[in-house]
This record gives sequence, C-alpha cells and structure tokens, in this order.
Amino acid sequence: MTEPLVRPKRKNPLKKTRVPLLPQGVRSRTALGLTEAAAEGRFRLQVCADCAAVIYPPRDACPRCLSARLPFRDVDNRGTLLAETTIRTSTDVYFRERMPWRIGTVQLDAGPSIVAHLHGDLREGERTRLALKLDKSGQAIAMALPAEDTPNMADDPQWRELTCDPKFRRVLITDGRTAVGQALAEACSKAGASVVFVGIADPWKPFPGEEKLRKLERVEIVALDLTDTISVNECAGEYAPRVDILINTAEYVRTGGIIERKGLTVAREELEVRYFGLTRLAQSFGPVLRARGADGVNSAAAFVNLLSVYALANWPAYGAFSATEAACLSAAQSLRAELRPGGVKVLNVFFGPLETEWYQAVPPPKVAPSALANATVRALQQGLEDVFVGDIAEDIRARLAVSPKALERELGS
Amino acid sequence: MSTRQPYDGIVIAAPVTIPYRRYSTNTAHWWVGRAVREVLQRAGLKSADIDGLSLSSFTVGPDTAVGLTQHLGLSPRWLDHVPLGGASGVVALRRAARAVQCGDAEFVVCVAGDTNQVDSFRRMLSTFSRFAQDAVYPYGSGGPNSGFALITRNYMKHYGATREDFGKICVAQRDNALKFPYALMKKPLTLDEYLGARAISDPIHLFDCVMPCAGAEAFLVCREDVAKGQGMPAARLLATIERHNAFPDDPIQYRGGWVMDVPELYAMAGVTADDVDFVQTYDDYPVICMMQMEDLGFCAKGEGPDFVRSHTLTADGSFPHNVSGGQLSVGQAGAAGGFLGLVEAVRQVTGESLGAAVPDAKIGLVSGFGMITYDRGLASGAALLAGGNA
Repeated sequence: MTEPLVRPKRKNPLKKTRVPLLPQGVRSRTALGLTEAAAEGRFRLQVCADCAAVIYPPRDACPRCLSARLPFRDVDNRGTLLAETTIRTSTDVYFRERMPWRIGTVQLDAGPSIVAHLHGDLREGERTRLALKLDKSGQAIAMALPAEDTPNMADDPQWRELTCDPKFRRVLITDGRTAVGQALAEACSKAGASVVFVGIADPWKPFPGEEKLRKLERVEIVALDLTDTISVNECAGEYAPRVDILINTAEYVRTGGIIERKGLTVAREELEVRYFGLTRLAQSFGPVLRARGADGVNSAAAFVNLLSVYALANWPAYGAFSATEAACLSAAQSLRAELRPGGVKVLNVFFGPLETEWYQAVPPPKVAPSALANATVRALQQGLEDVFVGDIAEDIRARLAVSPKALERELGS
Repeated sequence: MSTRQPYDGIVIAAPVTIPYRRYSTNTAHWWVGRAVREVLQRAGLKSADIDGLSLSSFTVGPDTAVGLTQHLGLSPRWLDHVPLGGASGVVALRRAARAVQCGDAEFVVCVAGDTNQVDSFRRMLSTFSRFAQDAVYPYGSGGPNSGFALITRNYMKHYGATREDFGKICVAQRDNALKFPYALMKKPLTLDEYLGARAISDPIHLFDCVMPCAGAEAFLVCREDVAKGQGMPAARLLATIERHNAFPDDPIQYRGGWVMDVPELYAMAGVTADDVDFVQTYDDYPVICMMQMEDLGFCAKGEGPDFVRSHTLTADGSFPHNVSGGQLSVGQAGAAGGFLGLVEAVRQVTGESLGAAVPDAKIGLVSGFGMITYDRGLASGAALLAGGNA
C-alpha cells in the first residue's frame, strides 16, 4: 500500500537545490506517436491496418505481415505483470539518484509484451492497467498500475515523477478577478495545494466574488498586474521561489474580427493582457521554475495556459481574440521547449465559450468556470500536456484532425 | 525445409587471445590489430596470404570491416562484418567456413576486439538499438542487467531455479578461471560470497554480471589439408547452426533459437549430446547458461536446475562447462565475449589449453547468444568441434 505523502517541511535556505536531471529523451520519429497519445492521456499503440496486429515497440513494418500502414489506435490497456525487477544500479544520472526503481514485463491482453515502470501497489503475477505518461524528458513511457485504484495511489514516488499533482504544491493563479480564476483557486485548495497565491491587480479595488475567495482555505491574495512589467517582476521577486505550479488565468474576451476593431487600441490591450502578460510571467517566473524541477515533494511542476480552442482555428465572430489566443499558443510551444530542461511541464487547457458575460450572445453548449477548473486540476493530477474541455473544444479538435480547411470555412460562414 | 550441406574439410586454427584489461586507452583498432598479427605469427602466414577477413566489434566505429582492411593493410577478396555480440564467434565461423569451402577464400581471419574506455559502456547502452532507445533505456537505465533480471525472475518462478543453482555455475567457472592466465578475476569465489553479494537488479546480484573490459580474440579458418601443410594444430568443424528472432510470440524469453535447429546440429555431426566432452555456453548471465543446457539437448526444458544440481561443472567434472572461466570470470571484452568460448574450445580439442585442460577432450560444443535489442536475446548459434583424432 502506498505510504501517504508527508507535507514537506520548510526548506533550509542554505541547502543546495538539487539540479534537475532528465531521463534519456531521444526517441525514433515513429515512437513519438506514443508521446502524442501520452500528452492527452490516451493509451494508444500501433495497430496494423492490414492484419490488425497490435505492435510494440513502435515499428515501421508490421512484424506479422510487413505492412507499412501502422497507425496509432486506442487499445485495451489491460494485461498481466509477468516479471518484475528492482533496479539498484544504473548508469544514468537521473535514475541513479532515484534508486531503487521498479520495472517489469507486462503482457497485454491485446498481444505484445511491454517493459514498463511499476506502480508501488502492483505485484508480480497481478492484473494491471497500463498508462502512457510523459516522463521528465517530455517523452512517453508506459507505467503499469494496479488493476483497481488503491488508497493514496497518486502519492507513489514513481507515479509522482510523471504527474504535476497540486497536493502539497504551491500554486499561483495569476488573475483572481475572473470567474475561472476563482473557481481554480477553490479547485486547487480542494486538491490539497499547500497554498494558493491568487494574483489581483490593484487589490484595494473590490471585485465580485472577493469575499468568497478570501474565505477559501490556504488562499493568499497577492498583488499582480499582468499588464505591468514592474508588478510582475515584484511579484516574482517575492513569490517565484515558492511557486510550483503557475496557472495563467488572464483573460481578455471581445467580439469582432480584424476589420471591425477599427484601430489598434483594443487589439493592443488584448495583446497586453494575454500575449505580453504571458511573456512577462514566463520571463520572471520561468527561470526559477526551471531551476526547481527536482526540488523534492514540492518541486516546480507545471506552467498552465488556459487557451481558447479558437487558438487552433480562427473563429471570425471573435476573430481578433482568436488571433491573440493563437499567439499565446505559439508562445506556449516555445515555453514547453524552454522549460523542459527543468522537467517542468507546460499544460495547455483548450476550452470553448464559457458561461460568462463575455460570451453572452453565444448559444450553448458552454463551459462552466468550475468545470474548466476541475478539468485543469485533473489534467495536472494526470500529468497531461494538452487537454480539451467541453463539447465545443472536443468538436473543434475532432474537426481539425479531419480537415483544417473544412473547419476554416465552417467557422467563417 | 532443406537440410544444409556438411562443413566437411574445414578447420579452425591459430586460436588467439590478447590478454584483457579492465579499461584501455587504446582503440578497438589497436586490439584488433594485435590479434590479427598474432594469428599470422602462429600460422606462419604473411598479411598478403590473408584473403578473407571477418570482424566483430562494437567500438570500432565509425569504421566498419572495410575500413579495417586499409587500417591493417590487408587486401582480402572476402570480407564480413558480424555485429552479433555474443553470437558473433559462431556466426563468423559458420560464414567463414562456407567461404573457404566454396573457394571464395583460402585463409579467413575471424577477429573480435573491443576497447573499454571509462565511459564507453554507458554511452553504448542508450544507443544500442532503436528498441533500446525507445522502449528500454528510459525505464531505469539498468542496461542488460535489468533486461536479464526479468528473464531470470520469470525462469526461476516457472522452473524452480534458485540463486544457489546459478551460484553453482558461477563458482565452478571461477574455479576454472583461476587456472586460466588471462582471466581478470584472480580470486576464488565461494557460494556464500556469491549469495551475499549486493543486489544489482533483483534477482541479479553482483556475481551474476560480467565485467566489461577491453580485449580481443581471433582464429583462422582454412581447409584441413592446408592447415596440415602449414603444420598447424587445428579443430575440425563438425556442424554449426545459426538462428535469429526465434519464437517472437513468447511473451517473455524462456528458450532460445537453438531449439529450432539443434536436432540438425547433432545429425550433421553424427554425434549425440552424450558424445560431447565439454560445453562452452554463452554466459552473459547464468540463467542463459541453464537455458542452453536445456535447449542444446543435455536435459529437457525445465530440468536445467536439476541438471546443474546433479553435475560438477568444473573442467575436471562430470559436465565440464566454460572451462577457461567464461566471461563471468575472464571478463567481457565486447564482441570478443562472443569469441571467448570458441577460441578456448579450439585450444581444448587441439591440446593447446592454457589453463585447466578437460581430460581427453575430443568433442566440444560451443554456443553463442546475443543482442538483447528489446526484451530478449535475438541471435543464437552453436558449433560442434572435434580434435584431429576424434
């Protein structure tokens, strides 16, 4: 049974912060299909389109019929742990400081044998569920879990290496004036975060929901104005070494396309809040997050971007807004590569129109702020990198996968 | 399936071992060069006489066999590169034998050599194969120890093998090695020391693991009458087999490719397992030795543990096994580890043993096994050798 995590003690400031190391992250191009699946928390393996053989490790020819048509497909993740070993000596510096480390051979019911990391509650001979996860290098690995959930299973040390669980971590929510920001503060507090810092620009100005926000357990209001570089730097100077998960909840939603904006005032304001706000956060908090990726139970774990799904395909009814969101998505991709040396994940949460005043004229389905917040916390607990929340976001993702051009015409009509 | 032609009239001569070193600042080229030179000296040949070359090496990169021809000043008309690790000795021999038999070459030097620089083993592990890179090394980076730990664990569970059984194999090999001048392990090993050693990757403990080192092994393949003309002692090749990726659907490895071909091996040689005087298995881990005792026909599948318990395994024992000490006690010099058993077998049947001699050794069985690119060893091979009078 997993030992429950103990709340980490206050850190001795004289102690050296452990330098983040990564497991080997080199993969063949074909094996990146596993990484794609793991990023969204799916269990997918190659399945031969000609003979239906389930294939592992990833190949470029089917070992049964030599077909080259080997797409990744959802596969039954159940199997049996045939044999296990506890590794006590490794040539790799990342694993050396995490010994002992358990791995095992899992025979999937679907066919192939998979060498996998083992959850502490799984024993040789038992039934298991395999999960594809992203390790600290950002690449996919397989982890074998007990067939049924066990108490405290998220606290298993090998599992926690793969997740960004808010439990006992310190979270910064960058804008607490929004409904989503407030819902996230509540969700993170409930998920066991040690403290939830909530950024408020000009905290002396009252705002709706303030009373409830201030009453939440372990929530602390901090001054933070994302449009002001000095404010962001000051906030980082005080709090960055104590932030393990940063969730950017800045929002700026206005209707209208590019022509309709008539001038740059609104467009500038939009970029100021969203794109430059993200840039300021990345520049002031990013280096500290990256340096603290292996700093014990409450190591730095994630930088979270809440992105409109229209970052992926422009919705001309909100055309200028979509363009700004696309800029933020592109920046997030760069940030992902820049934070990877620290083993810090960038989680992009894509959502459709929200149940808020700025989407007043948009018909349902819409996403409740609490649903978005809960989905974000779940994604952190699962260690995901991309998550789509709500029917509209899922729909856009599905249509984009089929035909980006068709989606462009449909959104523009 | 068609049966293959016999290997009549082919011999192996000039067995050479260049004494191993734990670490070497020399290159693989240096080790290979020394081994080829010694083969020539022992055989009384000049470089110009060598018209066939077979190379096995993990660390000769970026060169391949053809680069070595220029490096060593050889102009062969037959050239082979056998990157098969523990199976490279048997496979190099089998291919060279056919080349000589068909007249493609008269004198083939088969050589395996690797260097071991301080960090070269670690660097090799992560890039050993595409499957290792994608599906093994990111899992704890235990190297072959963890891969074979899983195979060992499964075998123990199914067939009741114990650590004492594996220990008996390792202790006997150490006894043999103490008489072999080139063995890196010079101290006796007791069963208690074996059992008390630190765990590496359960159930693999320290003395189940080979020690990576630098070294080279080589031999010469030619026709029997040619060897006689040169006045060289030589071992006759009675039969040999080679198989890759056998039983791919076994969920975890408990048998090797020998099972598919071993009836043909004995039939071609006209002998049975009972006629074999000593056996050189490939001993990257003792479980693989036990698997070979089964798969090469000395006992049935699953009877390996009992077979080990009922025999003495030293050179003077009831089942002489890895009589120079094997890689477990001599060291694993990269691909030369795949030559070690074969080179020693040639010495034994020609009466040139450097260490413990098997009494009246006429027929030796040599086995090769190699290349765990994902979860199992892919390459297997075996050869039956006989001395001049057998």
